Order: sequence, then structure tokens, then C-alpha cells
Amino acid sequence: MESAGKTPIIRVRGLCVSFGTKAILKGLDLDVQPGEVTGFVGGSGQGKSVLTRTILGLVKKQEGEIEVFGENIDRLSPLEHRTLERRWGVMFQGGALFSGLTVKQNIQAPMREYLSLSQGVMDELAMLKIKLVGLQADAADKFPSELSGGMVKRAALARALALDPELVFLDEPTSGLDPIGAADFDELIATLRKTLGLTVFMVTHDLDSLYSICDTIAALADGKVIAAGPLSTMLASDHPWLRAYFHGRRSRAIVKPDFDFAGLGAPETAQS
Amino acid sequence: MSNSPSAEPDFSIERNGADIRIALRGAWTIAGSRALEKAAEALGAAGKGAASVAIDFSGVGRVDTAGAWLIDKARAQIAAAGSATEYQSLDADQTILLREAAFCEPEPARARRVNILLHILTQLGGWSVMIGGNVLTGVAFLGELAMATLRVTLNPAQMRPTSMVFHMEHFALRAVPIIVTINFLVGCIVTQQSIFQLRRFGASTYAIDLIGVLVLRELGVLLTSIMIAGRSGSAITAELGSMKMREEIDALRVMGMAPMDVLVLPRIMALVFSLPLLTFVGDIAALGGGMLTAYLYDGISAESFLVRLQDAIGLNTFLVGLIKSPFMALVIGMIACIEGFRVKGSAESLGRQVTVAVVNAIFMVIFVDGLFAIFFAGVHY
Repeated sequence: MESAGKTPIIRVRGLCVSFGTKAILKGLDLDVQPGEVTGFVGGSGQGKSVLTRTILGLVKKQEGEIEVFGENIDRLSPLEHRTLERRWGVMFQGGALFSGLTVKQNIQAPMREYLSLSQGVMDELAMLKIKLVGLQADAADKFPSELSGGMVKRAALARALALDPELVFLDEPTSGLDPIGAADFDELIATLRKTLGLTVFMVTHDLDSLYSICDTIAALADGKVIAAGPLSTMLASDHPWLRAYFHGRRSRAIVKPDFDFAGLGAPETAQS
Repeated sequence: MSNSPSAEPDFSIERNGADIRIALRGAWTIAGSRALEKAAEALGAAGKGAASVAIDFSGVGRVDTAGAWLIDKARAQIAAAGSATEYQSLDADQTILLREAAFCEPEPARARRVNILLHILTQLGGWSVMIGGNVLTGVAFLGELAMATLRVTLNPAQMRPTSMVFHMEHFALRAVPIIVTINFLVGCIVTQQSIFQLRRFGASTYAIDLIGVLVLRELGVLLTSIMIAGRSGSAITAELGSMKMREEIDALRVMGMAPMDVLVLPRIMALVFSLPLLTFVGDIAALGGGMLTAYLYDGISAESFLVRLQDAIGLNTFLVGLIKSPFMALVIGMIACIEGFRVKGSAESLGRQVTVAVVNAIFMVIFVDGLFAIFFAGVHY
């Protein structure tokens, strides 16, 4: 996926992260191109979340370089880092909504912190985000503990989108949703990406999501990205883990029978 | 003004008779903050009174949902004033964006007018019901606890000694340094003041009587209980509360384990055993402080202090304090557990319940101490 001419929005080189003596990431390289939806897959405990958290600056790395929006995050001053954080939105797996605030206040929290908007406009924008992510208007004044699992995900996405970021990190956005809800969510992400020119980096296990909205897929195993590219590349790979993942029992319904299994000649369908 | 994508949101107006063409420029994004809001307001005002208004997007750098919402809101305002409105030179993405972020009239907030008197009465009624409920919960909890204790006593195999010993380590052993320090200091302070006040009557040695009785009967157990209410009571509430938040208590219940037996009983038993031990340690520390101060301020030697102390107090003085301590432990433990189970889903409610638990426990400790004072006076003990 070394598409020439474009600077990757996230560029990771030689990333090493270890906890104590246990090495999680061993010299990982990754590129995320602007405007694409990148799906990140890997077995449980392989360090998908660790990578995300390292890029976000929540976990310290031992070695390697991380560039986001073309800037090396190690060389940024705290102020520059704050400016950078305004340009990305994060949706945590469990939602991580502030439990003491209502959904509306949760969405307004980043606006309040970074912008000087009038309360009226903030209310309107919060309601707009609530509508955008497909929540009912009456969810606005509810507390996170009063929401169902699916609603928590949507509210968390609304908060991640509060500042209209250029880059969104989604940690297992469709886990715990019913298939219809998950499909809606996929569609939502696709729409938002199209309208907002969003770059999406999502950690996911949902083969439907990978199939329907991801332009690029990166697979993590043994602390490295073992393969990256469109779905066709994944399907054509000989790596045992990838074969098990994409050709396993659960994937049968996903890969359409008429899909070009040779893969090598498949056009890069979704890449523009 | 340039067309660079990062420029401030702005627009220019071309009038053609009764028709107006508004050309938008710059970046209509939320990053513009106040500038975006101002530009959108001006946009809404600009089109007033025209027969038709066309909003031209050809000069726009970047639009996001906030920008699209505010532009569409302005358009809706113009349209509401009776002008025909249309967008021009939209690209495909902007079309989708404007459709997704289309302005819709927010539901007006229903302001409810309430009679103040009625409001006060409602609040008062609510509080009364709440206090009644609290008493009821307390009694029900005590009954449940008694049943659980009975069950465990009849069938000691159900006892959870490991859990209890674990909690005793935290409640008692680890609390020893702070309990010793605080009692020692209070012993010193009370003795010093007693010596100063009694010296005026030439009766400074009576300070030993005073400190002996005061510490053993009241101060030792009170200080220790208050300290444990703050230290262990809060820990119990926070622990049970966060377990409640993460559905751990429900998990216990569906696995057939009663939270009462698994969580509450070991903690309360541990407290009931710990508090008398700590009270004893606290008593000794306070008397030690008194002994030191008596020597420093009045030159009373350790031997004469002890001899005097033996005359001043009896076994009953010591027992009065000690008898009270398990009851204090029960009060602290029960309040802590009840408040822990009352935690709702939010972090805020956890904080509130912990505060309530500590405040109520300290209040009840002092209240119960008062009841005991009346009781012991009544039975002349």
C-alpha cells in the first residue's frame, strides 16, 4: 500500500512496545492513508489496542517513530500536542462516556474545552451529532448508565465527532451490536467518511465491516503487521493466521462465491 | 480575501434587483469557533427582504457538519422570512453533508412553572420518605445480617475465614500506625490542657484521673471509630459500589452466592473483631501520650503516673470503652455496605455514596456513643 504521492496520515516505523520483559510490538510498520477506512485485525492479546493507545500517546513506546498528520509526535511541545488532539477523535471500546454527564454534556465537553461557542449553538450542534449517529432526541438528556449497549456506542461516536475531526480511531465499533445495528453503524461510518472526508482507523473483528467499508486492512501478528492492503490481498495471503481468519468457518457467509479468489489481479475496488 | 481553505468563514453579497446572490468563502468549520457563529448570524441577516437568495459554494474551502448546520440554519431563517432560497455550485460531498446536517427546528424546551410553596412541600415530602426508607433499609439489612450470621454460626463450614482474615489485615493491622499516632497525640494534648487548668487549683495530679477515665471510657473508642469510619468505611463503600457498577454483584447472585454471605458478612465480622483490638491499642497509646506529657509538664514519673492511674480507674472504666467498640463496628460496617449497594451507574454517584457513608457513619458513631453514655449512667456502671 505504498501509494506514491500521498503522505500517510499515520506513519509508524519500527515501533517497539513492551511491558516488563514481555514484548508486545516488535518493530511494527504501518501506514494509514488519508481518506481511507483502515481496518486493523489481529488475534486477541496481540496488541491491537496497545498500538492504538501508543499512537494516541497513552502508552509509552520503547523504540520507533510515530508520525500523525505528518508530525512526529515525540517532537511536539505539549501545546502542539493539544492542537493535534483536536484533530482526532477517539471512540473507546466501552464508550468511556463520562458517567456523571448526560449524553449532550458528553458531546459538548470537547467543544467547551477547545472552542468558544454560545450555549445555544453548542446545544444545536450536540443535537445534530446525536441525530447524525442515529440516536433519538430524547437520549440527549440521559446519563450513560441509562443507555443500552448500542446507544452507548453511538453516543461515544457522537462525542468522538464533536469537533469534526479529520481522523477517527474506533476501537471495535460494532462489537456488542446486533447485525442490523452493526450494519447501520458501518453505513454511518461510510457516510461520515464520505461527507466529512474522514480518515478512519478501526480495530475490528467484524468481518462484515471489513468487507463492506474498509478500504485497507492491516493484520497484526507476532508484534508486526504481517499484511496490509485491500481485502483481495488478505484473501490471497498464504499466512496461516490470515488463512484461518479470512477463510475460516465464520467468514464463509461474508466472502461472496463469485469473489475473485485469485486476488492478485483484483482491482483496488474502494481506493480512489 | 483569499480562497485558501483555512481562511476565516466569510461571504460577499451581490444584489440583482430583488434577487441576492451570496458567495461563501473560507473554511466553514467548527475550528472557526466564534467567527463561524458570527458569520452564520450575519448570513441569516443578509438575505432578509430579498425575493430570492442563492447561496454559492464555489469559493468555500472546507465545510464540516457544524458549518453545514449553521449555513442551513441561516438559509432556513431567510426562507422563513419569505424568500426563495437555493444552493449553487455544491459538489457531491457538500450535497450529502448538507442533507445529513440539514437544519431542523429543535424541539422547544418545555419550561415548567412550579409553585414555590408546592416545590418546598414536595421536597420536604421527598426527604421524609427518603429518611423513612433509610430507616427501613437499615432495619431490613440488620435482619438480613442477623439471619446470615445465624446461618453461618449453625453451619461454620459456610464461614469464610480467609476473606475475614484478609479484611482484618486491612482494617486492623494496617491501621495500627495511624490509630497509635492519633490517639497518642490526643492523649498528649488533653493531658497538657488538664494539667494547665487543674494547676490553678493545685490539683494537677488529678489530670491523670481525668485522662484515664476520659480516654478509656470515651475518647479511645470514639477516635478509633471515627478514624475507621473514614478509613475502612469509605473503602468498603467504594469497593462494593464499584462492584455494583460493573455488575459483579449481579454476577455473584446468579452464581448462587449471596452477596450478604460473600461480601458483607466477612467485612462486618472483620470490623467487629478489629475495632475492639484497635480500641485497646488506641487506649494504650493515648495513656502513653498522657504519661509522657505528665512527665514533661509536671515532672510526674512513670511509676507515680501508673500508681495514680490504678487508683483512678477500675476494670469497668476500661470495659465501658471496649464494650462499645463492636457496636460501633457494626454501625460503621452496616452503613458502609448499605451505601455501597446503593451506588448507581455513574462515577458521581459512587463519590456521593462514599461521602454519605462516611458522614452518616461518623454521625451514628457519636449518636450511639451518646446512647451508651445514658445507658451506662442508668445502670451505674
